[in-house]
Amino acid sequence: MSISLDEVRHVAHLARLELDEIELASFQTKLNALLGHFEDIAGVDVSGVQPKPHAVSLVNILADDVVIEGLEREQALLNSAETKAGLFIVPTIIEE
Amino acid sequence: MITQLTATEINTALRAKKVSVKEVTEAFLKRIENFDEEYGAYLALCPERALAEAEAAQAKIDAGDSGPLVGVPIAHKDNISTQGVETTCASKILQGYVPPYDATVVENCREAGMVLLGKTNLDEFAMGTSGENSALRLTRNPWDTDRVPGGSSAGSAAAVSAELACLATGSDTGGSIRMPASLTGLVGFKPTYGRVSRYGLVAFGSSLDQIGPFAKTVEDCSLFAEAMSGYDRKDSTSLQGSKISSADLKTGSLKGKKIALPRELFTDAIDPGVRESVEIAIDVLTREGVDFHEITLPSINYGVTTYYIIAPAEASSNLAKFDGVRFGSRVESTGHVEGFAATRGKLFGPEVKLRIMVGTYALSAGYYDAYYHRAQQVRGLMAAEFEQAFQEYDCILSPASPVTAFKIGEMVDDPMKLKLLDLCTIPANMGGFPSLSLPSSLAGDLPVGILLTGPVMGDEKLLQTAYNIDRALGRDYRRPPIL
Repeated sequence: MSISLDEVRHVAHLARLELDEIELASFQTKLNALLGHFEDIAGVDVSGVQPKPHAVSLVNILADDVVIEGLEREQALLNSAETKAGLFIVPTIIEE
Repeated sequence: MITQLTATEINTALRAKKVSVKEVTEAFLKRIENFDEEYGAYLALCPERALAEAEAAQAKIDAGDSGPLVGVPIAHKDNISTQGVETTCASKILQGYVPPYDATVVENCREAGMVLLGKTNLDEFAMGTSGENSALRLTRNPWDTDRVPGGSSAGSAAAVSAELACLATGSDTGGSIRMPASLTGLVGFKPTYGRVSRYGLVAFGSSLDQIGPFAKTVEDCSLFAEAMSGYDRKDSTSLQGSKISSADLKTGSLKGKKIALPRELFTDAIDPGVRESVEIAIDVLTREGVDFHEITLPSINYGVTTYYIIAPAEASSNLAKFDGVRFGSRVESTGHVEGFAATRGKLFGPEVKLRIMVGTYALSAGYYDAYYHRAQQVRGLMAAEFEQAFQEYDCILSPASPVTAFKIGEMVDDPMKLKLLDLCTIPANMGGFPSLSLPSSLAGDLPVGILLTGPVMGDEKLLQTAYNIDRALGRDYRRPPIL
């Protein structure tokens, strides 16, 4: 299995990573090296094995239904690059 | 000098009023000021907070509080949120981020009377084996400053080893506490998943991450783990009854203890010097009455591959929140998606970007079944093999790292070789098992770690075994010769 430069570009877009041509080429090489190793588990017999998504299995842990204090709005906004009227400002989505 | 002492010794001196918490704290701050340039352990210091906490700790001691860690100066890894103290994960994307809250582990340590000195360096977002992936600073191994301290909790290991903190927290996703502990001659412990709250830990691989202690002795390690552990409603994966107890640490015996040696971790992949050091320890322990059995755990051979699918998959999702909107820096660009991509492309380092790419690919349509789903099945196999072994054996013993500390830059051109070094430590994260690295004899002039891994919730027994092994090996804590 090997990954083409176009696929690398597509994955970078999905991951929201702006990469220049040099980075794309470098990631293609590195990804192909890693994917080569991924083939190691292709032959493992996993028939009937349940996938293990978590380290320790827990079921429905529910918190008591009580009010607890959370962050104040001002505190939550403190680290934002841009805020206005108590809100986070995101980059423009729709042009005027 | 006070900075050379163990936590237990510092606490004893404090309670005997031989020294004040302020004096101890100032001694560490002075040492950091004088020597951290050389080691690069810290990313941020918080002397004002430290002195305020020292005052609170002194009041506890004066009021007769007999907590075993009251007044002990510590450091937190910089992926653990500290209110009012910059938390960067050693990444440019989080530079300037000052958390408005403390992680639960930070609160627990403060409540136990410990004094926070500052935040320690790491591989960016805890992604690395050597400590060389920090975007902000290079950390050096106090045993030989031309060598790596191991990662990803590089700064925490260097800080405790160079006596720039008495204790430090780390986080361990695939070995990030135990690898650097092994390379710097410290005790490093990853508790059972869920025993220490992850609330306030910047997530990397949520199903694998666990916070744990670095210390000079097993006793300090156990007391520190006890202080930071406990059920936390703010972490949905926190275990009920998770408080770790040190009450029986110094009891028990090695006689008749059944310990398994997995053949897969005693191969040519392990450096001869490391193997020799571990084998010497095995000989000593055999004479002490430990019943060693060679076993086979074939799935260990698939651990690194499985890990490098699961951890990046989880990371690609966890790191999606770093988009320059709610926290961290922002790179301005022309459009909406382009803005996020520019911020992330410019401010994440190369290893972080690579892992996000790997994870995104492994989770993408058409590849999910072949990679992520299959990796989870192999993870299931692996956990089951280990659980089976724990039915019969008290714990599993192996080297903690296949190598001793290597030269800075030596492995940067071969990232897969570096990743393969996580071979010994990864299985514990896959199954959520408690696992501890304990120093054995030196190989050449460099420390070697023995890895002990036990069953889920077997933390106390594992620590007790480690305590008894340490005593049997007759090893006093060894300072780096450079100090």
